[in-house]
Amino acid sequence: MSQNYVLKKGLNIPVAGEAELRVSKTVAPGIVAVQPTDFKGFLPRLLVKEGDRVLCGSPVMADKKNADILLTSPVSGTVREIVRGEKRKLLAVLVEADVQQQCVDFGVKDVTKLDGKQVREALLASGLWPWLVQRPYGILADPAAQPRDIFVSTFSTAPLAPDAAFCFGSELKAAQAGVCALTKLTSGKVHVSLDSNAGDSPFAALQHCELHTFQGPHPAGNVGVQISHIAPICKGDIVWTVSLAGLVAIGKLFTTGRYNVRRKVAVTGPMALQPSYIDALPGTPMAAIRSFCGNTPADQLRVISGDILSGKAVGMEGYLGFFDNQVTLVREGTDQELLGWIRPFRFNQFSADRSYFSWLLPKKKYAMDTNLHGGPRAFLMNDGYYARVLPMDIYPVYLAKACLAGEIDKMERFGIYEVLPEDLATCEFVDPSKNNIQEMIEQGIDLMLKEMA
Amino acid sequence: MNKIFEKGGKFYWLHSTVDAFETFLHVPGTVTRKGAHVRDAIDLKRILILVVIAAAPAALFGMWNVGYQHGLAIGDTSLNILGNFWYGFLKVLPLYLVSYIVGLGIEFASCQIRGEEVSEGYLVSGFFIPLIVPVDIPLWMLALAVAFAVIFGKEVFGGTGMNIVNPAILTRAFLFFSYPNYMSGSDCWIAYKPTEKLVDGFTGATPLALDGASAQYGTGFWDLFIGTVPGSVGETSVIAILLGAILLIWTGIASWKIMCAGILGALFVGGIGDLAGITTIPCYMQLLYGGFAFGIVFMATDPVTSAQTEAGKWIYGFLIGALCITVRLFNPGYAEGMMLAILLCNVFAPLIDHCVISAHMSRKAKKLKTA
Repeated sequence: MSQNYVLKKGLNIPVAGEAELRVSKTVAPGIVAVQPTDFKGFLPRLLVKEGDRVLCGSPVMADKKNADILLTSPVSGTVREIVRGEKRKLLAVLVEADVQQQCVDFGVKDVTKLDGKQVREALLASGLWPWLVQRPYGILADPAAQPRDIFVSTFSTAPLAPDAAFCFGSELKAAQAGVCALTKLTSGKVHVSLDSNAGDSPFAALQHCELHTFQGPHPAGNVGVQISHIAPICKGDIVWTVSLAGLVAIGKLFTTGRYNVRRKVAVTGPMALQPSYIDALPGTPMAAIRSFCGNTPADQLRVISGDILSGKAVGMEGYLGFFDNQVTLVREGTDQELLGWIRPFRFNQFSADRSYFSWLLPKKKYAMDTNLHGGPRAFLMNDGYYARVLPMDIYPVYLAKACLAGEIDKMERFGIYEVLPEDLATCEFVDPSKNNIQEMIEQGIDLMLKEMA
Repeated sequence: MNKIFEKGGKFYWLHSTVDAFETFLHVPGTVTRKGAHVRDAIDLKRILILVVIAAAPAALFGMWNVGYQHGLAIGDTSLNILGNFWYGFLKVLPLYLVSYIVGLGIEFASCQIRGEEVSEGYLVSGFFIPLIVPVDIPLWMLALAVAFAVIFGKEVFGGTGMNIVNPAILTRAFLFFSYPNYMSGSDCWIAYKPTEKLVDGFTGATPLALDGASAQYGTGFWDLFIGTVPGSVGETSVIAILLGAILLIWTGIASWKIMCAGILGALFVGGIGDLAGITTIPCYMQLLYGGFAFGIVFMATDPVTSAQTEAGKWIYGFLIGALCITVRLFNPGYAEGMMLAILLCNVFAPLIDHCVISAHMSRKAKKLKTA
């Protein structure tokens, strides 16, 4: 039974710089980083040292709490450098790729004939396990846990998000194999949600899963929002989520026997010249997209791995995140605007609030920058001001305040189990008090993890 | 910002003040450090200046009315519109100066002590205060009341956004309970000097104070609607207040739910009073009398002190309207109930929200269990 959910609340942020549907560059593997910091709850133990040879799919590090969870190298080559930060925290393992790529052969398998244990083992051994994200809290999935359900969102509504049909529409067979693998991991259902904002989704052909369609502005594409409409997470529940890229990678493991996470990555944003797609691996250095930046000096450019609301500013020296298939380039808005707030019109600034006039120009795309547009203040507007951009049955301001105060009971009551920071990104965007709501939620989640452990 | 105002600099104690003026002049070049990399162009300065703009028609009309009522009182109606306005403007200006100097002074000092940026909240409170006090109030009283309201109504709780009651209403309440002679009776709502001779038989009582006695003059529907009656500076003209209400509702700053619920509450109690023979005033007239319109549009809808939840807003608004009229009908000593109704509901707003959220949570839990 599929159901169509029409979400009214939310906000599509009209940023300029949508990627054209073409692949303008295939990034040849040079240096590729394996970053343990991409995974919440992953404590890395190194399995290689500098100079070691690795194949595509060879383990590079394991989780200290659960040695079965491996991170593997996406290329074959030589470990060039082990990057550590403060207190010798492991930040990345840099692998220099060979010209001739060699892969570990995990063997082609008919996934429908495998049982849950075999699928688990295959995912753990290949290093694809970290694609499974466990909720509540958005942490690395626990291989010993029995998830109530598994959720896959086949689309993103984030600003300038890559087009799912363009990126993965041709990988339907792999996606189907991925779904079949997921069904072995849960006693519940595999829920796949489709975009009904723009015509029919190619993923409507997927079988052995519950299909749901979602229509509405951002964050309707966030899997957290979808879960809260399909089957909300209650205290004690565990569910897993997999992104579409992960689903395809898992499918390919069984259909080709190889660890293959290569994908199309959208280079977007107001500062991107000719925004389009590149073909790249997670861990690709941002230097590979320098040609998109033109002559903008590095200190005036913010390079974000991910979308403009929840992505991570990694800088030109950084690497593409494991889960990200989007890079956003925005200008640092360090300039002062004379009498900005009091000008009656500011047609070049976007605001969801009707005290500006963006509502007159619904089609306009804005070359936004990173200016905060105001000073930090206490929460002043009431809950409804934020709830209008959050299509979930929770009270965002109450939840944020409970997280700030660190009150576990209240956090539970107001729905900390249902959210990840990214789900409240639109609330953070519209906040006239300029609070870092995502950070507050993150703090709350960290506290829950500490207290509930 | 100049280095001497930075931390460790010679004039660091002026940091918040300098920052306030600097950010008043231009949007600072601060960039996002965490979370969403881009942000909405809206900030609190913009929101609060819109509230001031919304209240401006009421304030301008009020100034004219001060002059007009003064003319009526001394029997000299020779002044034209501009003359009346100018008279009123000169009367109200000192109130504004006192309100802003005292209030903002305390606000700047408190923000400096807390090491925060100066919040714009008082911009609005300071604009409202002269509109809801008698125009002839001695300035030292006003200064004292403002200081009390800002310190004990707001700063002790942590400043703008943390307060429980509306500082403007608290100012008025302080005056009302400390100096009742200046705040009620029949002659406080009209500006005149003691040396000026009043017209024979003139009573400057507001329509509310005349309540019960047969209305002698100036209390017809249209007088009240347009606002050519005695009263606090900003409260008399319902039509000017309605203009502000439209702007506030359109921009979504003030909640239409609170306003509608307040009107329903007032009509409800007013209607009962009318039917039961407690009063002879038709219930719809209650909406035009006194501070009801100003209170329900500008004071009750303050997003900090009102109820936060959507259902809570209906309850909160209804209670304000109902309580206001209840005080009017059953309290012979004091004819106006809006101030007390809002204060009381400000205090109860968190409780209302708590009940609404609890009810919502248990409903949700029940739904999940059955699903």
